[in-house]
Amino acid sequence: MNKTWNQKAWLLVLPVVLLVAFNALVPMMTVVNYSVQETFGNNTFFWSGLQWFEQILTSERFHAALGRQVLFTSIILLIEVPLGVAIALCMPKKGVWVPVCLVLMALPMLIPWNVVGSMWNIMALPDIGLLGYFLNEVVGWQFDYTQDPIDAWVTIIAMDVWHWTSLVVLLAYAGLVSIPDAYYQAAEIDGASRWAVFRHIQLPKMKSVLTIAILLRFIDSFNIYTEPFTLTGGGPGNATTLLSIDLVKIALGQFDLGPAGAMSLIYFAITLLVSWLFYTLMTRNDP
Amino acid sequence: MTLRLEAITKVVEGRTHIKPTTLELHPGRFNVLLGPTGAGKTSLIKMMAGLDPIASGKVILDGEDVTRRNPQKRRISLVHQFFVNYPHMTVFENIASPLRVAGVPKSEIQGRVEAAADVLKLRPMLDRRPHELSGGQQQRTALARAIAKDSRAVFLDEPLANLDYKLREELREQLPDLFAGRGAVVVYATSEPEEALLLGGETALMEDGHVRQFGPTADIYRAPASLAAARTFSDPPINAAPVTVSGGTARMGSATWAAARADGDYTFAIRPHHVLPQPMANGVALEGTVAVTELSGSESSAHFDLDGRPWVSLAHGVHPYRVGEPHTFHMDPADGFWFGPDGAPVQEGR
Repeated sequence: MNKTWNQKAWLLVLPVVLLVAFNALVPMMTVVNYSVQETFGNNTFFWSGLQWFEQILTSERFHAALGRQVLFTSIILLIEVPLGVAIALCMPKKGVWVPVCLVLMALPMLIPWNVVGSMWNIMALPDIGLLGYFLNEVVGWQFDYTQDPIDAWVTIIAMDVWHWTSLVVLLAYAGLVSIPDAYYQAAEIDGASRWAVFRHIQLPKMKSVLTIAILLRFIDSFNIYTEPFTLTGGGPGNATTLLSIDLVKIALGQFDLGPAGAMSLIYFAITLLVSWLFYTLMTRNDP
Repeated sequence: MTLRLEAITKVVEGRTHIKPTTLELHPGRFNVLLGPTGAGKTSLIKMMAGLDPIASGKVILDGEDVTRRNPQKRRISLVHQFFVNYPHMTVFENIASPLRVAGVPKSEIQGRVEAAADVLKLRPMLDRRPHELSGGQQQRTALARAIAKDSRAVFLDEPLANLDYKLREELREQLPDLFAGRGAVVVYATSEPEEALLLGGETALMEDGHVRQFGPTADIYRAPASLAAARTFSDPPINAAPVTVSGGTARMGSATWAAARADGDYTFAIRPHHVLPQPMANGVALEGTVAVTELSGSESSAHFDLDGRPWVSLAHGVHPYRVGEPHTFHMDPADGFWFGPDGAPVQEGR
């Protein structure tokens, strides 16, 4: 074998090396840098080892925020995935209503996140908001998300469901329309029930798109910041202080760069680990 | 057990897709629906299976009117052109699924699934799932499902179309045996005339939503009832040209021969394998210009221009044609078919 050595090839990979360096490696290493050092200002840093990691992992505040985060993500996944699949099943497969449904479904996702937060913030206000006023005056529910933790949770969950169920719907719908009619005909001839068609044809055929949908919803909801921040700001008290909101408080509110760096890395590791575990489990028997 | 169609039609948005069709299909042989893509073969199968609505007419299965009955209550099977199996079930579960829905006892399911798997050589694959199988094995699983189920009618909608050449031949050979002696009416749709001939039985020639002709396959091949039927049952397409007979002499372009037919205008049609590049006894010479030549296996075909019409010759062996140059082809007019101006066949005699 005669190998040709040509150092010019490095030039071809240089753009991607630079891109990855600036959008991932450099910011990431900055965080790593903060996480193992102590600073007293004036850009003077002292080595502090794994002290901040230990502090974060044993801090009750972190445990509480993580608990709220896990609860939030679990609830919205449990609502959005079945609801999204159900809506996709109800959507027409062909005809003039298909584009109408698709556009209606896509609308919430096109709205900027901070606008979504502001919308729900105003809409749910008990005195002037349409929804809040309606709940108080017509339904008779003493609803005030700015005072009551449960009400605050209901509001951020409703907001997320409104904003993101569409993503599950669109992905599930894409999976559904790709199933050839022949499968339904085979089921009809076999005499399979509506449930059996869902269980044995539609669900298995949607598996790969649903895996992606759940994965995207997990990552997005686990890292959610803008919407709850605009809606509740983490309150009342710390009731809706999710991980990212807490992280920003530590980093920019208290300017504790070391603990914030350590918390970022732990946060990132949890997201990555759960995503990897989920994806590996879901695709383990795939072709 | 018979499957009888009484003038059934299919109408979609005011347009009649399947014109009134009457057929009587019997078990013990293959009932082939032969026609080009879009002829209505799949529509007709879906109507017989109860998957497509019937606008008028009746479907009588085993003496009972099933026109408005649900597919699952008809006790039928359908094998598609695409390999349709439940994706997350094993081969065993796939074959067993219609039996389970039908409430067959567990002890019996095991035996019937294994018997069907043996016939289709799927024994070693019973624990696999469809995506772990080759295309041929997937289609064999679908066939096994149709066999294991105790069906009164089995519909095979171009089941071999998506398989590669070798597998297609292998499975086609096995098909008649698979369904022999089961007492079910077997309907087989295909667009390949050769398949109809190989499977034998009876053939319904379909074109444009019509059944043009129905009867024993060999009879239809030998005596097409119309020019359209002759066209459907020929691959490559049948050669046709206008012929004028006067005073016992047929004239087709520059070719002439003695013909015992009444004076008048006809359409003469002859299959490509009866048009040969070498002289033959009683042969008539056709002066053509070679346009395209193809070699496939041990056969060579030549597309040539005959008085402005594209004709095809299909001959055994390799023949040295020169594209763009004149070549004399030969045919025996006795091999051809004569059709009158109305498209109906015209028998010999004045």
